[in-house]
Amino acid sequence: MQGGFVSSPIYSGVSGVVKKIDEVLLSNGSKCPAVIIESDGKGEIFEGITPPEVTDMASFISAVAQSGVVGLGGAGFPSHVKLNVKDVGQIEHVVINCAECEGYITSDTRTMLDKSDEIFEGIELLRRFFGDKRFVLGIESNKKECIDKLTPMAKEHSVEIKVLPSVYPMGGEKVLVYYTTGRVIPEGKLPLDVGAVVINCTTLTSINQYVKTGMPLVEKTVTVAGSAVNEEKNVIVPVGTSIKDLVEFCGGYKEEPQKILYGGPMMGISVCSDECPVLKNTNAILVFGKKETAAEQSGECINCGRCVSHCPMRLMPTMINSAFEKKDIDRLKKLKVTVCMECGCCSYVCPAKRPLVQTNKLAKAMLKQASAK
Amino acid sequence: MSQLITEVSPHIHDKTTVRSIMLDVIIALMPALVAGIILFGFRALLVVAVCVISSVFFEWLFELICKKKNTVGDLSAAVTGLLLGLNLPVEIELWQAIFGSAVAIIVVKQLFGGIGKNFANPAITARIIMLVTFSSGMSRWSLPLVLEGADTATSATPLAILAGVSDGQLPSVWQMLLGVRGGCIGETCIIALLIGGAYLLIKRCITWHTPVAFLGTVLVMTLALGENGLYHLLSGGVVLGAFFMATDYTTTPCTPWGKVIFGVGCGFMTVVIRMWGMYPEGVSFAILFMNILTPHIEKLTLSRPFGGAKA
Repeated sequence: MQGGFVSSPIYSGVSGVVKKIDEVLLSNGSKCPAVIIESDGKGEIFEGITPPEVTDMASFISAVAQSGVVGLGGAGFPSHVKLNVKDVGQIEHVVINCAECEGYITSDTRTMLDKSDEIFEGIELLRRFFGDKRFVLGIESNKKECIDKLTPMAKEHSVEIKVLPSVYPMGGEKVLVYYTTGRVIPEGKLPLDVGAVVINCTTLTSINQYVKTGMPLVEKTVTVAGSAVNEEKNVIVPVGTSIKDLVEFCGGYKEEPQKILYGGPMMGISVCSDECPVLKNTNAILVFGKKETAAEQSGECINCGRCVSHCPMRLMPTMINSAFEKKDIDRLKKLKVTVCMECGCCSYVCPAKRPLVQTNKLAKAMLKQASAK
Repeated sequence: MSQLITEVSPHIHDKTTVRSIMLDVIIALMPALVAGIILFGFRALLVVAVCVISSVFFEWLFELICKKKNTVGDLSAAVTGLLLGLNLPVEIELWQAIFGSAVAIIVVKQLFGGIGKNFANPAITARIIMLVTFSSGMSRWSLPLVLEGADTATSATPLAILAGVSDGQLPSVWQMLLGVRGGCIGETCIIALLIGGAYLLIKRCITWHTPVAFLGTVLVMTLALGENGLYHLLSGGVVLGAFFMATDYTTTPCTPWGKVIFGVGCGFMTVVIRMWGMYPEGVSFAILFMNILTPHIEKLTLSRPFGGAKA
C-alpha cells in the first residue's frame, strides 16, 4: 500500500498464493514487513493488467506513480516525484542516463542493447508532456556497441548522443549534468534548477512499459558478478527473489562467499545474509570471495592530497576527516561536507586506507544534528 | 554459510599504499645515491647506510619503548635516513650522522606523533641542527675523486665561490650537471636527481607544482638580481630540495595552489639567504621556514567545491 507522496507501490513478480505476512531481513540488519508469496511456477499475468489512461501531465504522473517505478540506476527514488515538474517551461535538457553507475555493473548496457526501441518510445512519451526539449543520451565511451546501435536511431528521433569519458562516477547526477549540458548544479540544488531532468535509461523503459501495456515494475535486470559465483551474467529476475536463489541460478557459489553486495563495489551495500531479496533498485549482486576481500589496515594520514585531487566534487576529505574528529561544526560547514555525494573515490585512492567517505557521511549527520538543535 | 563480512563502502581499494609510495621515493633516489658513490667513493655508501639503518632503528626503538604500533614497515623512516645521508658531506663523522638520525626520527618525527603528524621535515631539520652543532664537519667539502690532486679537505663549493667566501674556479656547466664539484653526497649530480624527479612525476608521487615553482623562483630572482642564475639553480641543494624535500606530503600543502605558493616561498627564501645570509646555502632553512607556514597556506588555498557557493 502506498503511503505519502514520496513512496512507491510494490507488485508481485510471480503468480501464486499469499502464504503469510511476515518480516524479512533488510541489508542494514533491520526487519521490514513483507508479503510472502509462494510461486505456482506458472508466471500467469493478472487479467486486470491494462494500459492506464494517459492524456495529460497529471494522468501521466499518476500512471508513473502506479507503475511502481523508482530510480533504477540504484538510487531508488520514486520516479513520479522526480518527473512531476510543476512548470515544464523550466526544462531545457532531458538527460537519459546511460552511464553505468559503477564498475562490474552492465545491466543498463543490456537495456541499451535489448530495449533500444523502448528507450526511444520512452523519449517520445516524455516529449508528449515535456514538449520539444533537447533530449540527450549520455553513454560512456567504452560502450561502443551501444553507441553504434543507438546512433542511427537517435538521429531518427532527433535525440543527441553524448559520448562521455568512461570514468567513475559518471552516472552521478551532478557529474552527468555537467558533461551533457555544461551546467554546474549549485550546492543544495537539483538538476531542474539548471533546467535539466535526468532519468536512467532502464527507468525510462520501465515507465514506457507500464504506459504501453499496464505491466508495472515486477522484474529487474541484475548483474551477478564476483569471484565467488560460478557464472557471472545478467539475469532478469522477479523483484523479491532471494539472493540465494539468484546465485543458484548462476551456477551457485564457486567458493565460500566472504561478502555480498547490493550494487557496485564503490557504493554498494554489504548484506548480512543471502536471504535478502532483490529490490526494485538492485542493479547488481556482487558475490566477493577471498580475492576481493583481503583485509587492509588503515594508518595515519600522510597528507598526500590524493583524496583532494580525486574528489569529483572538489572537496577536501582529509580536512573534513580532521574537522570531524575535532567535532568542529563551523569548519565542517566551511569545508562544505554536505556537497559530498558519497561516491567513495577518497577512500578508494587513500594510500593509508582511511575510511574517508565514512567520516564524510558521519560528518554530514553531525551537521544535521547540530542544525536541528 | 559462515558469517558474511558487512562493512562500509567502498569495497575495493587502489593498490597504492604508504609503503609503495615510500618505495617509489627510495627508487627515485637510487640514481643520486649511485652518482654519490661514484663521485665520492665508498664512504658515501657507508654514510648513507649508517643513516638509513640508524633511522629505522630509532623508529623501531621509540615505538617499542612507547608501546606504539611498529611502523618500520611503511619505509618512511628509511626514506628519512636516505634523504639525511644524501644531504651530508662524505667526510662526516659517523657518530654525528647517527646523532642526526636520532634528531630526525625521535625529536622531529616521533615526538610529534609519528608518521603524518610532524610539521617539519625530519631530514631537513636534522641537517640544520647538525649544521649548527657540527659546523666544521658539516662544511668540510670533499671534491669528487675524478678531480685528482685537489686538496679535498678545504675545497670550495660553487656557492662559496659565487658568494666570494672562497677562491677558486667555477666548474663548467657540464661538470655541474654531472656532479663533478664539491657538495653533499646526493646533491651534486643534477642529471641523477632529474631522473629521480622524473620518475616521481611519472609515477604521480609528486606533481609539477612545487619543483617548477621552486626552481623557477630561484632562476628568475637570481637573474633579476644580476647573479649567475643557472649556477644558482644547479649548485647547492636546490634540485634535491625541490624534487625530494619540498614535495614531502606531511610537511607541505596538499592543494595545487598551496604547492605553488610553497615552492615560490622556498625559492624566495633560498635566494634571500644565499644573497644576504651568513650561510652560503639556504635551501634547508627555506624549506623548514615554509614547513612552518604550511597549515596557513593550506587554509588560504582551500578548494572551492563543484557548484559550491563561496564560503
